[in-house]
Amino acid sequence: MRRIAWTHYAAPQTFYGLAGVCWKPLALLALALALAGMWVGFMVAPADAQQGEGYRIIFVHVPVSWMSMIIYLAMAFWGVVCLVFRARMAGMLSQALAPTGALFAFLSLWTGALWGKPMWGAWWVWDARLTSELILFFLYIGFIALTSAIQDPRRADRAGALVAIVGAVNVPIIYFSVKWWNTLHQGASVSLTRSPSMAQTMLWGMLLMALACWVYTVAIVLYRTRSLILQRERHADWVAQLPELNPGLRP
Amino acid sequence: MSALWSLLRRDLLLALRRPSEVLTVVFFFVVVAALFPLAVGPERATLRMLAPGVLWVGALLASLLALNRLFEADHHDGTLEQMLLSGTPLTLLVVAKIAAHWVLCGLPLVLLAPLLGVLFDLSGDALGVLALSLLIGTPVLSCIGAIGAALTLGLRGGGVLLALLVLPLFVPVLVFGAGAVEALAAGLGSGAHLSILMALLLLSGLFSPWACAQALRIALE
Repeated sequence: MRRIAWTHYAAPQTFYGLAGVCWKPLALLALALALAGMWVGFMVAPADAQQGEGYRIIFVHVPVSWMSMIIYLAMAFWGVVCLVFRARMAGMLSQALAPTGALFAFLSLWTGALWGKPMWGAWWVWDARLTSELILFFLYIGFIALTSAIQDPRRADRAGALVAIVGAVNVPIIYFSVKWWNTLHQGASVSLTRSPSMAQTMLWGMLLMALACWVYTVAIVLYRTRSLILQRERHADWVAQLPELNPGLRP
Repeated sequence: MSALWSLLRRDLLLALRRPSEVLTVVFFFVVVAALFPLAVGPERATLRMLAPGVLWVGALLASLLALNRLFEADHHDGTLEQMLLSGTPLTLLVVAKIAAHWVLCGLPLVLLAPLLGVLFDLSGDALGVLALSLLIGTPVLSCIGAIGAALTLGLRGGGVLLALLVLPLFVPVLVFGAGAVEALAAGLGSGAHLSILMALLLLSGLFSPWACAQALRIALE
């Protein structure tokens, strides 16, 4: 039964319908979660003993950093599915994930800089985590540049899948190389470890924001995949008969 | 196996018939290395400190410059398609292409780097480690770069795209390559760095020909 459902939604036509049903409620849910998370983060949670009010950027910073890494893994996962099963939807999902991943990586760097200026006294330090996040951002840009440079969608899908897999294999190597490079250079002058335990409300705020990021990602990826499907299947009969493309025919 | 050798011989012979391509890469390396003292000033202590990084980045950019042409000519005249169709495993042919590319564009850099290191006032030990780290590191660059070259085959703006795609993946090689020389200068010994470079070489040598062959199939489908 599971197997049937899987292949059922692997066809662009059925996936288009499923994504159309799902994306709007998910987007609303993401908005609600984000509002709740921000309320907890900015109103309820107490100021940090050491960092004062400035620490509140973590309610954005930590969730977007998590997501930027998880999305790359998801891209690589769909890349494997795309290469192994030659599934068209997998390639589209992988491409739909990339801009959101790049956005989150950029946001992570940006909010990190905003946090770093008051805490460390510098917008940027060549810390292992910062540097590997920057390289992750470059990997996203490379993926997007490659897939958008290839005209043939099938080749774009599979080339992107290979790049995502090669990148995913390299991410741990890059992380450890940068970490070692940093420790050899200057020792631990800057540490990211914060106060030993986190207040319960702070944790709740962060979890709510993380959930909001997850749901937002799913919603926006479904939406973007729908656009990709329409773009690629524009010559198919079922697309021509879609009610949203033929307002006159709507019963 | 004989196919591997004959392809390697052919590539080397082709390059020797037209040596300007190889020489361009070599002189690019020399010119880039010469630019840095002009930019940062001729202080010997500063130059000695910068030397490993500058020479490694120069070597990295030079080998990137040459990657573009790895499959281009064979793709242009249809040889690559014949290789795909032949009974010989594509992975084996890719190994030959990568090896030829390294001999032509990596080995000259390895031989030249100690000479340039003298201009940066490096000590004898440091020159040896620099050459050794390049000897182990440049094949890794060729291996990883070949995947990028295969993926961007025949695309418009392929050169810049290749750089964007491949440079982030070169980071570990750069870190440990330049790090080996710096560690020696700091009195830590370069053994650990060189061992890790060797591990990277083994890993990339094992997996990248296969990935590169897949990329070529995708590009030529």
